[in-house]
Amino acid sequence: MHLAYPAVLSALLFSTGLYGVLARRNAILVLMSVELMLNAVNLNLVAFDVWLSKTAQDTLHSGQALTLFTIAIAAAEIGIGLAIVLAVHRNRGTADIDKLRDTAETDDDSEPDDSGAARPEPAEKAEATA
Amino acid sequence: MTTTTLAVLVPLLPFLGAVAGLLLGRTAPGFVRPLAVLPPLAALGLAVVVAVRQGGEQAVSAATELTPTGSVPIELALYIDGFAALVAVLVGLVATCVQVYSTGYLRNDPRYPSYAALVSLFTSAMLLVVYSGDLMVLLVGWEIMGICSYFLVGHYWETPEARAASIKAFLVTKLGDVPFLIGLFALATDAGSFRITKILGNVASGGLDHPTLIALLLLAGVAGKSAQFPLHTWLPDAMAGPTPVSALIHAATMVAAGVYFVARLLPVFAASSAALVVLAVMAAVTMAGSALAALAQDDIKRVLAYSTIGQLGYMTGALAVGDRGAAVFHLLSHGAFKALLFLGAGVIIHAAGTNSLAAMSRMKDLRARVPDAYWTMTVALLALAAIPPFSGFFTKEAVLGAAEHVATGHAEGIPGAVGWIVLVAGLVTALLTAAYAMRLWLLAFRGHGPEAPDHGRQPIVMNAVLWVLAVPSLAFGLATGPLPDWFDGRDLTPTLTTSVLGTGVALVGGIITYGAWRHTMAMAARVPMGAVAAHPEGDAGLVEAEAIASHAPAYGDVASAPDPADPGRLLLGPLHRHAAVGFHLDAVYAALFVRPVQAAATLVRFLDREVVDTYVRGAGALPRWLGTAVRRAQTGNLQTYVSALLAGTVVLVVAALLVATAGA
Repeated sequence: MHLAYPAVLSALLFSTGLYGVLARRNAILVLMSVELMLNAVNLNLVAFDVWLSKTAQDTLHSGQALTLFTIAIAAAEIGIGLAIVLAVHRNRGTADIDKLRDTAETDDDSEPDDSGAARPEPAEKAEATA
Repeated sequence: MTTTTLAVLVPLLPFLGAVAGLLLGRTAPGFVRPLAVLPPLAALGLAVVVAVRQGGEQAVSAATELTPTGSVPIELALYIDGFAALVAVLVGLVATCVQVYSTGYLRNDPRYPSYAALVSLFTSAMLLVVYSGDLMVLLVGWEIMGICSYFLVGHYWETPEARAASIKAFLVTKLGDVPFLIGLFALATDAGSFRITKILGNVASGGLDHPTLIALLLLAGVAGKSAQFPLHTWLPDAMAGPTPVSALIHAATMVAAGVYFVARLLPVFAASSAALVVLAVMAAVTMAGSALAALAQDDIKRVLAYSTIGQLGYMTGALAVGDRGAAVFHLLSHGAFKALLFLGAGVIIHAAGTNSLAAMSRMKDLRARVPDAYWTMTVALLALAAIPPFSGFFTKEAVLGAAEHVATGHAEGIPGAVGWIVLVAGLVTALLTAAYAMRLWLLAFRGHGPEAPDHGRQPIVMNAVLWVLAVPSLAFGLATGPLPDWFDGRDLTPTLTTSVLGTGVALVGGIITYGAWRHTMAMAARVPMGAVAAHPEGDAGLVEAEAIASHAPAYGDVASAPDPADPGRLLLGPLHRHAAVGFHLDAVYAALFVRPVQAAATLVRFLDREVVDTYVRGAGALPRWLGTAVRRAQTGNLQTYVSALLAGTVVLVVAALLVATAGA
């Protein structure tokens, strides 16, 4: 199989993931898009590992080994990510990234240190804890 | 011990006493009084021994090099001639009297330990000036006296008058000291040494290149220290200090330092006839002006202060006519009787509860309350007015005789005009001096009205000191015969012409004042007046501080009172208003110096606040604006950040590719 097929596929996968990260509003979908991008990379690693082992007599298969690491790390990452999203959803009642803007700078110059952490809507919070 | 060792101990003992007093003042209050009185007393004893051993013979001179400076060396030198020996005895006597008097006068003062230590330090500095044979060492004593004077005038620093007076005294004397220092350097450069003996030897061989310049520069310092016109304005204000300080510093010693300095270096001044003319004019203006001002003062101590200025004028007059024997002779007798007058005035202020002559003239029998002060002050006032046979007569006639000697053209190298200026001014001042002495005596002791308040007897130490000082005021004239051996050998006995003239005008002045007083006495009853201190039972220092503080609120001015019964008002007529404020010299200084300086300070303040600070604030504002702009990027939207990250990556990749392909 020619190297171009997996390369194009992984590029498509990566672009899809990138689009998802940049455009989706739901945090879970963003995490899924990140997984897509990771898997695009994994695909690349495996494809190029095969290609290298053919052309350069590389028998170590370091690309495949690295892929195993990436998959393990991605599993851990998605576990933590989903846990965070879940906790945020419990607290705020939403997983919409557009609404999670607590670190935004305000125009209020008199209190520059207070960057909105003290501004969560009390109604939403009450609803989340209930 | 050798005379040199004794002479070294004379300034050293009061210095050690001052140091010990400052260190032990708080921890061992019992030692404060012995430490205050004994060192000056010992210094007095040693000074007498030194004077007896020196005996008017060859000057005692010793020196050891202090600092090799590379050019003109500074030496720790002693030079004790007859002048130095006698002036040191006077300083020791007055300092001892003042310390003894202060133990009674400031009996309950909480700041007595530091006060006594400063007086001792001052005494030591004056003795250093007197004995020093090196001008740099002399300058050290000279400046220590200045700073001690500042502290002591400001002893009652709770009152604004004392604070202002101490700063004024310090600044005005420093104003003279700057040219003085430059003059000393110029003199040392010309003569190649700071040693007085070498300088005088150099002058004798005509080695000075710029005698007039040097003499005039030195004169500025002398005018500041000795309160001569136009730098005399600090002395009347310095009366805001305690009375013993006025007696020691502002009558007997510190102000005498300037005169003594000129007497030591008289050949330097005599080398320039222009300097002598300036000295004579300065003396004449000082004498006549201060005597007129003294006639208009209401505060008893200010009368004495102006009188001091006038008597110092006599001394500078004597120096202007080249007779330092007469100058130092008058310095010695004036030191004794003026210290007596001030100390007596302190007793009177304590007894009367006021420092205002107008208030005293409305008290009956004040003299019966303070008999010791009454009798001794009568003696001292007669000496001040130069009535024979009191000491002031002999010393003032010596000055007038010397002036006449020059005026009639018997002196070489001194213009006759100098003699005439001093002689005429001296005679006019003799008239005025007798007038204000008479006025002070009549108003203080011959008052009419309610009985003077009775606060019991004055402390014995205060009265005893008065009698001690009354002896030289009464009998110092006997020294006229032997003294020329100690001085330059010139005859000091009064000549007939000036004696008759001087005594005549003095008597006229006294009689006219008495007549004026008889005339105005009737008015005193019609205008009631008098404010006394709030705590007349306190110690004398407290009463005086309260009297000074209440004078301006009670009478509208620190110097004068609106009293129509004042004979001085009748005698001076329209001049009284100007004389009371010292002929507006303070106002002139305020317009010439104080206001321009304040305006310049306002300008500097404006430049600092409005110009310099604008740049500083601008330097802070620019980063703040930039920060505000950058903070806008923090939207809190994660996807925006990632987009920016992506954009950055793409740009970097493209750039890397372009570089790579361009290189290929």
